[in-house]
Amino acid sequence: MSAVLPNPAAATATVAYATQRTWAASKATVYNDKIVRQFTIMAVVWGVVSMLVGVFIAAQMAWPALNFGISWLSFGRLRPLHTNAAIFAFGGCALFATSYHVVQRTCQTRIISDRLAAFHFWGWQAVIVAAAISLPMGYTRGKEYAELEWPIAILIALAWIAYAIVFFGTVGIRKVRHIYVANWFYGAFIIAVAMLHIVNAAVVPAGWMKSYSAYAGVQDAMVQWWYGHNAVGFLLTAGFLGIVYYFIPKQAERPVYSYRLSIVHFWALIFTYMWAGPHHLHYTALPDWTQSLGVVFSLILLAPSWGGMINGVMTLSGAWHKLRDDAILRFMIVALSFYGIATFEGPMLSIKTVNALSHYTDWNVAHVHGGTLGWVGFISMGALYYLVPRLFGQKQMHSVKAIEVHFWIATMGIVLYIAAMWIAGVMQGLMWRAINPDGTLTYTFVESVKATFPFYVVRFFGGVLYLGGMLIMAWNVAKTAWAGKPVNAAIPSGVAGSAPLVHA
Amino acid sequence: MDILFLLVPLSVLLALAVMGVLAWAVWSGQFEALESEGQRIFQQESVEGSEIAQKKLETH
Repeated sequence: MSAVLPNPAAATATVAYATQRTWAASKATVYNDKIVRQFTIMAVVWGVVSMLVGVFIAAQMAWPALNFGISWLSFGRLRPLHTNAAIFAFGGCALFATSYHVVQRTCQTRIISDRLAAFHFWGWQAVIVAAAISLPMGYTRGKEYAELEWPIAILIALAWIAYAIVFFGTVGIRKVRHIYVANWFYGAFIIAVAMLHIVNAAVVPAGWMKSYSAYAGVQDAMVQWWYGHNAVGFLLTAGFLGIVYYFIPKQAERPVYSYRLSIVHFWALIFTYMWAGPHHLHYTALPDWTQSLGVVFSLILLAPSWGGMINGVMTLSGAWHKLRDDAILRFMIVALSFYGIATFEGPMLSIKTVNALSHYTDWNVAHVHGGTLGWVGFISMGALYYLVPRLFGQKQMHSVKAIEVHFWIATMGIVLYIAAMWIAGVMQGLMWRAINPDGTLTYTFVESVKATFPFYVVRFFGGVLYLGGMLIMAWNVAKTAWAGKPVNAAIPSGVAGSAPLVHA
Repeated sequence: MDILFLLVPLSVLLALAVMGVLAWAVWSGQFEALESEGQRIFQQESVEGSEIAQKKLETH
C-alpha cells in the first residue's frame, strides 16, 4: 500500500501508525460518520459565507462606493477572501466530507484514526478562520489562490498530511481487495495538492505575517501558475470527479456507464495534467516554447475530460426519466454539463490567438465561474443532499420541494452570471484592441469599464440568485438535522465479495 | 528559466511514480473483472440508519 503514499517519511509514519491502529479499526462496528457530518455541515456554512462575500464584491464592481472607504472592506482584500472561502472552505469541506464517506464505504472499514481526522477537521477550520481575519487585514503573499501567509500555510500543510495519513491508511486496511475508482481520484487530489502547496509556499519569512517568495521574477510566476492550474486540475477537477464516480451511480441506482473508461479517464487525466499551467502566462516574459508547451498540454486535456464527462452522463442511459423526478440527480448531471463546457472552453482559451482577446477580460471570470458555480458547486450540492439525510437518520431531506427550488434558482443564477461575463469579456477584449487608422487606441480603458456596467449589474443579480439557492439549502439542511439525530452507520460483516485482503 | 530544472524533474519523478503505481495496480490484479467492480457499491456497504446502527451508536 505504501506505493500510493505521498512521501517516504509519511509512509513510514503511516505504517507504524497503522500497525498500532489496525486492530482497533478492525474491531470497530460503525463507520466514523462524525467526521463526515462535521465537514458536511461546515461545507454548507462556508458555502453561504463564500457566496455572500462573492455577491458583496460583485456589487462593489458595479457600485464601487460600497467599500465605504474602509480598507478591510475593499475589493482587493475581500476578493482573495471570496476565492479562498469558496475553493478551500466550501469546496475543501465538501471534498473532505465525501472522501471520508466514500473511503469508508468502499473499503468497508472505519478510518484508521479518529484523532488524526479530528485534527484535520479542527486544523482546517482554524486555517479558514485565520484566512477570514488576515486577508481583510491586508496580510497576503500576493499569489492568487495562495495568499495565506507562511504560519497559516504551515498549518495547511500539517492538516493536509494528517488527512493523507488517514485516507491512505484507511485504503491500506481495506476489507475489499479492489480500490474503487473514486478513491483513486481522491488519492491523486491529496498527493498533488500536498506537493503543489509545499513547492509554491516556499518562502523566506520576514516577520510573523510577512515573507518573500523563494523564487524570483518569471521563475516565481512559473511556479505560481504551475501551482495555480494544477490546483484547478487536482482540487477542483480530480477531487470532484471522485464525487462523480461514487455519488452519481448511488443516486441514480445504477453502476457507472463504463467502469473500464473510468479507469482510463483517471490515468489519462493525471498523466497529462501537470504542464497546462504556462497558458496563464501567454505573452509574458515566460519563454515562448514554455507557453506553447502549456497550449499543447491544455489541448490534450480535452480528451480525458470529455471521456469522463460522457461516462458520467451516460450512467443515466436507459433511465433518463430520473432526471425529471430527482432534483438531486439533476444537480449532479448539470454539474457534468458545466464540466464539459468548462473543459472545452479552457483549452480554447489557452490557444494564444484566442487568449490575445480573452486574457485580462471578464471572459476569464465567466470561464472560472462556469467551472466553480456550475461544476464544483452543483456536484457538491448534489452530494451533500445525498449525505445529509443519511447522516441524520432521515429518509430524505426535510423538503424535497426546496431542493427543486434551489436547483432552478441556482441554474438561473449561473446562466445570468456566465452570459453577462461572456458578453462583457468579449466586448472588453474588442474595445481594448480597437485601433484608429492613425494607430492610436479607439477607446480609453475607462470607456470599457463604463460599457461593462450593465453586465456587472446582471452578474450581481445572478450571484444573488445563486446565494439565494444556497440559503434555501442551508435552511433545508438545518431542518433535516434538527428533525433527526446523528447516526453512525454500521459496518456490514461478512459481505459477499469482501474476500480477506491479501497484501500484494 | 532555472526554475524548469526544478519543475521538469519534479514532473518526471511524478510521472515515474504514477507509472509505478499503475504497474502495481495492474500486476496486483486491481483491474481484473473490472465491470463487476462498478457493481460492488450496490452490495450492502452499510446498515444506514437502522436500529442496529442506533444501538451501536449508543454503546460507543
